[in-house]
Amino acid sequence: MSTSESRFNLYHYAAPQAFYPVAGKLAPIFAAIAVVLAVAGLWIGFFKAPTDAVQGEVYRIIFIHVPAAWMSMFVFLVMAFWSAVGLAMNTRLSALMAQALAPTGAMFCFVALWTGALWGRPTWGAYWVWDARLTSQLLLLFLYLGYMALVAAIDDPRRRDKAGAILCLVGAVNVPIIYFSVKWWNTLHQGASVSLTKAPSMASIMLSGMLVMALAAWAYTISVALYRVRVLILERERHADWVRGELARLGEAS
Amino acid sequence: MTAFSAILRRDMLLAWRSRADLLISLAFFVIVGCLFPFGVGAEPNQLRAIGPGVLWVAALLSCLLSLHRLFAQDYQDGTLEQMLLSPDPTVLWILAKVLAHWLTTAVPLLLITPLMAMMFDLEGGAIRVLTISLAVGTPILSLIGAVGAALTLGLRGGGALLALLVLPLFVPVLIFGAGSVDAYLSGTGASAHMLLLGGGVLGALALSPIACAAALRISTE
Repeated sequence: MSTSESRFNLYHYAAPQAFYPVAGKLAPIFAAIAVVLAVAGLWIGFFKAPTDAVQGEVYRIIFIHVPAAWMSMFVFLVMAFWSAVGLAMNTRLSALMAQALAPTGAMFCFVALWTGALWGRPTWGAYWVWDARLTSQLLLLFLYLGYMALVAAIDDPRRRDKAGAILCLVGAVNVPIIYFSVKWWNTLHQGASVSLTKAPSMASIMLSGMLVMALAAWAYTISVALYRVRVLILERERHADWVRGELARLGEAS
Repeated sequence: MTAFSAILRRDMLLAWRSRADLLISLAFFVIVGCLFPFGVGAEPNQLRAIGPGVLWVAALLSCLLSLHRLFAQDYQDGTLEQMLLSPDPTVLWILAKVLAHWLTTAVPLLLITPLMAMMFDLEGGAIRVLTISLAVGTPILSLIGAVGAALTLGLRGGGALLALLVLPLFVPVLIFGAGSVDAYLSGTGASAHMLLLGGGVLGALALSPIACAAALRISTE
């Protein structure tokens, strides 16, 4: 017993009770990292990066837009990963992780679409074009909303976890199909009237600002997901003794 | 194989005995198709341009309308649990049920499509391509829809939820289905679209019954 505890055991943290305090310790750390990186990234983006020769100042929206778009796609993959782990290993925490990530992914998806619209207006003269990337981003948002609606509609926790996991995997299989079909549809319908490709050479300072912002988005996502998974754990395990103790402690602290 | 044919025969018989339900989704297809000229105007060139897309969207919605019937009745009276307990492979009878759904909802729709296409002033070749694309594409709708129907079984607000879950997944089918007619009319030929749709059928045939079986087990436990 003592040997197995002294070694780092990943399965140990698959139990919600064991993961709850760890998440509580890690979440503020990642939140601090996110704040520092976001401040640094925005400082680089707004004060260090030069004005773009073609687009002027408006290109600076890239420092929000691109990290948000990357993150929205990546979060769906992470959700699919946790869903697969949850179905294969029958761990409760995996499904909770997927559910904790979904609102953040949907938020980034929305941010990417919104900033894209604001960027599109001055550069292409339209808030919305039926471009392949925009359209598949929109469909990804629908997938997120469908996942959250399904999870919200099921009362039984076991069924909720597994049904959500299956939907997530079905969605993950479909995301590349949707992306390529929309891409081909787009080329068939309107040709290359609007080109989304960025200026061929991107100044390295712009690129570094974007990467710092992307890392900030990562840290933010991890932090928020950990905070959210703590709430989900408390909600799910509310009949357990340790949760009663924890809730009493939280009640005294506030 | 006897399980497959028995379930297929049973579902076809049940569908025939409640023919009114089938007529409703067929009437829905016709009415949705007829609404568009009122909305966008009856200018023949415009109708010809939107016709294939409109009929594909109408077919997709009509399929969605009948999807909840796929498992709901068997779920309510407990037959579904008995079928899941039976020694026959789950995937097999799910395929039989999906095939019955396709035969009872999509095939009547295919028969009336040429008539609807004429109302949109499409010419003979385009009508043929549209009907074939529907014939190849609608099995994908039934197969993907079955997963959604299994996931939302017995949930409150099931109908709207089902639409939210499966409609984004239907988009590629819609793109290649409606696109096939455009490709034919533009002279590039519809074979690429048809092959992609055919590939979609095979992919859905391989994956969706497995996902559907897992979803049914979760929904009934």
